[in-house]
Amino acid sequence: MKVRIKFTKTGPMQYVGHLDLLRYFQKAFRRAGVDIAYSSGYRPHQIVSFASPLGIGLTSEGEYMDAQFVTVDDSQTMIDRLNAVMAEGIRITQFLVLDEKERNAMASVAGADYRVTVRQGYYELVDFSDFCGEFLRQDAIFVTKKTKKGEKDEDIRPYIYEMRGTAEGLYLLLCAGSSHNLKPETVMEAFCAFLHMPYETFGFRIHRLDTYLQDDPDDITTLRPLGAVGHEAKTDHYETKE
Amino acid sequence: MNTLALSHEILMSIEKPARYIGHEINSVRKDPTKVDVRFAMCFPDVYEIGMSHLGIQIIYDMLNRRDDVFCERVYSPWLDLDAIMREKGIPLFALESQTPVKEFDFLGITIQYEMCYTNILQILDLSGIPICAKDRTESDPIVIGGGPCTYNPEPLADFFDLFYIGEGETEYYHLIDLYKKNQRDGGSRKDFLEKAAAVPGMYVPSLYDVLYHPDGTIMEMRPNHPNAPEKVRRQVVVDVTDTFYPEAPVVPYIKATQDRVVLEIQRGCIRGCRFCQAGQVYRPVRERDVEMLKSCAAAMLANTGHEEISLSSLSSSDYSSLKELTYYLIDVCREKRVNISLPSLRIDAFSLDVMSKVQDVRKGSMTFAPEAGSQRMRDVINKGLTEEDILNGAMEAFRGGWQKVKLYFMLGLPGETEEDIRGIAYLSDAIARQYYSIPKEQRNGRCAITASASFFVPKPFTPLQWAPMSDYKTYMDKAHIVNDCMKEQLNRKSIRFQWHDAKTTILEGVLARGDRRLCRVIYDAYRAGCLYDAWTEYFDYDKWMRAFDANGIDISFYTTRKRELDERFPWDFIDIGVTKQFLQREWKRSLAGETTPNCRAQCSGCGASVYGGGVCYESKD
Ligand code: SF4
Repeated sequence: MKVRIKFTKTGPMQYVGHLDLLRYFQKAFRRAGVDIAYSSGYRPHQIVSFASPLGIGLTSEGEYMDAQFVTVDDSQTMIDRLNAVMAEGIRITQFLVLDEKERNAMASVAGADYRVTVRQGYYELVDFSDFCGEFLRQDAIFVTKKTKKGEKDEDIRPYIYEMRGTAEGLYLLLCAGSSHNLKPETVMEAFCAFLHMPYETFGFRIHRLDTYLQDDPDDITTLRPLGAVGHEAKTDHYETKE
Repeated sequence: MNTLALSHEILMSIEKPARYIGHEINSVRKDPTKVDVRFAMCFPDVYEIGMSHLGIQIIYDMLNRRDDVFCERVYSPWLDLDAIMREKGIPLFALESQTPVKEFDFLGITIQYEMCYTNILQILDLSGIPICAKDRTESDPIVIGGGPCTYNPEPLADFFDLFYIGEGETEYYHLIDLYKKNQRDGGSRKDFLEKAAAVPGMYVPSLYDVLYHPDGTIMEMRPNHPNAPEKVRRQVVVDVTDTFYPEAPVVPYIKATQDRVVLEIQRGCIRGCRFCQAGQVYRPVRERDVEMLKSCAAAMLANTGHEEISLSSLSSSDYSSLKELTYYLIDVCREKRVNISLPSLRIDAFSLDVMSKVQDVRKGSMTFAPEAGSQRMRDVINKGLTEEDILNGAMEAFRGGWQKVKLYFMLGLPGETEEDIRGIAYLSDAIARQYYSIPKEQRNGRCAITASASFFVPKPFTPLQWAPMSDYKTYMDKAHIVNDCMKEQLNRKSIRFQWHDAKTTILEGVLARGDRRLCRVIYDAYRAGCLYDAWTEYFDYDKWMRAFDANGIDISFYTTRKRELDERFPWDFIDIGVTKQFLQREWKRSLAGETTPNCRAQCSGCGASVYGGGVCYESKD
């Protein structure tokens, strides 16, 4: 059965890259002794995929992965069993069973939101939140994108769905996924340029809050967390073991 | 709150930051302020290599079982971080607590190969610990070395406070207790080292003076303190079943070279190949009980989540319960979807059966280590493998569906003739001929034979410790003879020949049989920028040679010089159990091309029976 798992990635784990995180989870599932499904052949492997890879150095409380399981216990039991073998910085927060027809996480990603705060020692006297409105009122926001064929200017304005000041810093809701994946770093770089300030690569702490799918591709109000689909597993219902 | 030693900016500017963050699964957490002894255990190479080493995991587990000790791990910072640490004055730190190594009581360094010597100096230097032991003060950790290279620790004598000669499981607890007592009694560093010298297996180099003959060879190695024994006896674990074994080894986040559970099934080897140091210094063979191994395997797989398990030993085929263990593992692993890797197996009906169960024969390859091309040479090195064994084994493998064969050879063995050298090409071709003797319709295209040659390095405590090495040009000429001869073979298109560069071999040879006078050279080479010498792309032979020149040292004294049978070697103060008389006997037999039976066929009275266990006391029919 198809399962969707939501997890956090914080603390030291922010420095573990995407492929290593995949290996980490494969070993964690084995340690937890959960009944995950394997491919057949000489080198069987678990069928696992992440929704949207998080760059090294970013933290998150809204990561998702899809996996195939053979049997499951109820969601809370599964969460507890997995958390018992997790490293510091990774917490499982949701364990959902999906309908077979549900699109997988990677294919359905359409957006992600972030909390951006200023890292200590950078931009000390700047209050970015004051300028969000002005920044967004531009007709277009061009950034230079490196492509295989050289450089090209791209307007990122349509992919910034929301950007505003909050008590801690900034809130960003951006387009994500395979068609247009807008990185929060790119937005911050453009924002700094707009404010005529140098962009400090390490100047911001970026924390992903959640990852979203979109029911209607033309209507961003239909964005919903990836964890809003599927349903809690219940032992009596899904236990298929004899 | 930052729990890491390195800042976000630094971690984001270097390759694989996960090398330095600690916090791995099964890594130990303790409060450093609540223990009596802090021990930093170091493997002086990059994290991925160091994390693959079982020995460290054993000691780490063993020391951390004590509540009064906190053992942490340290690896060599990669070159990118090395430069940043120097520039910013960041001290080297241990992974668990992320605190500086300099604050520890002990810095233990495992010395696995000669080419890591400059990395040891890097560790000391970055830690802010004086590189030379004589310059250290009460605030510095005690620097202790262990591992295979301590069977000749002399080239490193200036850099270590002490060496532990033997298997880690036996004496560390005593050493820790002694350290604690010395602290309680208000003893100094010097007091501790003098007391440590009396602990079995401990060698405190500063307590010995070396006197030389005018020709440069050693006249005498004289203890200068009553506690320092004339001979340091290697310590062994006699019962390898009732001992420490890490059931929950640390699991790295990044892919280690050995990303798997390692099950050491036995220590030592019965074979007695004359070039092999491990085959002598780990005598006698001691097997672990198969029930212990089964339960360790299950526990380690459950605790790590690794998807592969590998048996480890010098010659797995000689383990008496191999069948039982292997078939057990095959069952367990099939159920758990774990891969099994079985290195160092002799090719026979059993191993082919097993291999066909655990790998895809089409993709997998069969490995043979004939070590030498001609039978005469294999007798010289006592490699008990005949051409017939190899050809039959290969044939069986081919019939079983394998097409890839890997062959390992050595060049530069003592008394080697051009015919012996060409033998490598002949043997490779003979194996290919076996394959093509199978009717075409039963074959599956071409076979692929890869023959690799390394150059022989004589090692201390082997029968070949007397053997002269060749010079660089001779080595490369030998490789070219093989390569040219390969091109003349019928099946040349199915054979690939590759060889190592001999520059590394030469330096390895100098350091392996070196003495204390090389400490200055290692120091100068390090100061000149030599680091990660085991990595071909960073190895700078010319810098090393300049360091030898600057110190007025002619490397031929260590490499090509003929050593007399009664020469006193720098490592002769170590008593490994195996006697020098036995090694001399073996050297003479080697020169005469006579083989010696393995321990199970017939005991040759090597001396290792003094340890009172292992194969020497098995009942023999
Ligand atoms: S004493 Fe005999 S059996 Fe024991 S290790 Fe030596 S040769 Fe082998």
